[in-house]
Amino acid sequence: MRVAKHPILGDDKRERDACIVVDGNKVSAITGEPIAAALLAAGIRKFRVTPRFGNARGLFCGIGRCTDCVMTVDGQPNVRTCVTPVKDGMIVETQRGLGKWADEP
Amino acid sequence: MKTTLVAVIGAGPAGLAAAVEVARAGGQVTIIDENAKPGGQLFKQIHKFFGSREHMAGVRGFHIGEQLLAEIKKLNVEVLLDSPVYALFPDKTVGYIHHKKEVCLHAEKIIIASGASENALAFPGSTLPGVMGAGAAQTLINVNRVLPGKKILMIGSGNVGLIVSYQLMQAGADVLALIEAAPQIGGYGVHAAKIRRAGVPIHVSHTVKRVIGDDQVESVEIVELDSQWQPVASSEKILAVDTVCIAVGLTPLTELAWLMGCEFAYVPSLGGHVPKHDLNMETTVPGVFIAGDISGVEEASTAMEEGRLAGTACAEALGLFDREKARELKTIIWERMNALRTGPFGEGRRKAKDQLIGLSMGGHA
Amino acid sequence: MNKGVKYTGIPSEEELLASPGIPSPERMEKGPVAFIECVQDIPCNPCEEACPFGAITVGQPITNLPVLHGDKCTGCGLCIAQCPGLAIFKVHLHYTKTSSLVEFPYEYCPLPDKGDRVPCGDRNGDYVTQGQVMSVKNAKVHDGTAVIGVEVPKAYCLEVRTICRKEYRRHG
Repeated sequence: MRVAKHPILGDDKRERDACIVVDGNKVSAITGEPIAAALLAAGIRKFRVTPRFGNARGLFCGIGRCTDCVMTVDGQPNVRTCVTPVKDGMIVETQRGLGKWADEP
Repeated sequence: MKTTLVAVIGAGPAGLAAAVEVARAGGQVTIIDENAKPGGQLFKQIHKFFGSREHMAGVRGFHIGEQLLAEIKKLNVEVLLDSPVYALFPDKTVGYIHHKKEVCLHAEKIIIASGASENALAFPGSTLPGVMGAGAAQTLINVNRVLPGKKILMIGSGNVGLIVSYQLMQAGADVLALIEAAPQIGGYGVHAAKIRRAGVPIHVSHTVKRVIGDDQVESVEIVELDSQWQPVASSEKILAVDTVCIAVGLTPLTELAWLMGCEFAYVPSLGGHVPKHDLNMETTVPGVFIAGDISGVEEASTAMEEGRLAGTACAEALGLFDREKARELKTIIWERMNALRTGPFGEGRRKAKDQLIGLSMGGHA
Repeated sequence: MNKGVKYTGIPSEEELLASPGIPSPERMEKGPVAFIECVQDIPCNPCEEACPFGAITVGQPITNLPVLHGDKCTGCGLCIAQCPGLAIFKVHLHYTKTSSLVEFPYEYCPLPDKGDRVPCGDRNGDYVTQGQVMSVKNAKVHDGTAVIGVEVPKAYCLEVRTICRKEYRRHG
């Protein structure tokens, strides 16, 4: 959910000018905002599953230090979604385990 | 290789304030930060600061940040962003990565202002999506304008837990409760009063037992603690939250000081292992200074004063100020800083800092 | 029983009575007056400069509790928005024969409109009474700290300190 109105920060005047594809589904986003923010705004909180037990993981520290929020973005695994900015057309995938490079067999 | 006179690592309040002092004195200074934007935690602080006029009391944190950035711009300070520092070499060369390339920057003096990171808390279910640091929630709501969830449990009653609870409500979420393991509230009464007025119960002597959920937080179980910090049987309560925020303290980010060979002291009230520093904020390695949370977890106001102190001391060491002028400037800064380290909340930090400084100047623990 | 602000987050009756920022009952009889509910020594003194009449003093060290000089306080309410802790209120006991006016700082949206009837809350966030909004001040210089004045039955003037959030969000 986005915070459209705020008593201190005022109205959010940014336009949802970007569209990213998350596990095949289109999600509207704002160019430049962290991928994690776009996902959370769309109610998506599960970003990856752990290699051994398949446990769900998502955002934890929010500032690029803990790597809990990593997903596969445009074919590249282990991208920290909390510090990586959205670009229109980005392909974001829930990462399974350590992820796979796009050109890996 | 690139050179500069003073390299400031970290563009948070301490680093920015330090750079301003060096630049004002006429020294060339370069700030290096791993983030895409400068300001550190300052821009997430949408509440009004305390202190007195000279501490910018009554001004919201992010406005103070804007003022600092305006000064940095006016003074033409070089700010390198998206540049994580990965190495400090004995000759004071700073190694950082920018656009996937290593870059070396040689400096005469280094000011490490790398801040602190949030502590984690382990409990069953603590790895589920929806469990996050209070700082993460603060970043989401105040910088990215996105809610982490709608029904929150806050763990921790220090100023971070109290303030972020308030800010979550300002952003439109509901905080179902704030729990604190200790038998009393850690942060300011006025911050606690704000959230109590908004109907948020504060349960002291309570901790989290587990989070329930398959793929994300669905509810949380809290439990009361007795005077021995042991769970009280049958006191469990389930709260229907979708988010659990953890505000259980910060730990200084000191890797670069370790790399540089600085001597450390273990001071629990400052957050754990902290580099020793003297009255000039200089560590035991000559020419390496520290400022802000890396030197002990306090607040933004003290971080800025320490930054000013380190910057002034650096400028003095470089001969940009004569001794008399430097002493005059440092005395004013120390007075402002001491005014913040008073009262029941500040006294403890002042004593801890005195101890740290004493140790660095050859005293014994 | 409230053991005090350190345990509950709400200043106890004793803490408030002992605070030099709370006006005397005699002063309350005379007209609108500030209520500075600041009971801990923290380094903070914007209230001292906020009052144009010198009715609030903190002095040195700045951890001193603010002292309200009831004789100098005109009840103008300028201090309310300037306390970073949002701990200053205003009470006009004899606003009318049957009602009092309570002014409090408020930093949420939506802000009510003048004339609205709102559920009023106490320091615990519990519903106390319905109130009528008589004023909503949101001066730019106060940077987002609005000050709301609600008219409430006299009996509640020492309790009402906010809009009751749970009731307001349900209906408002």
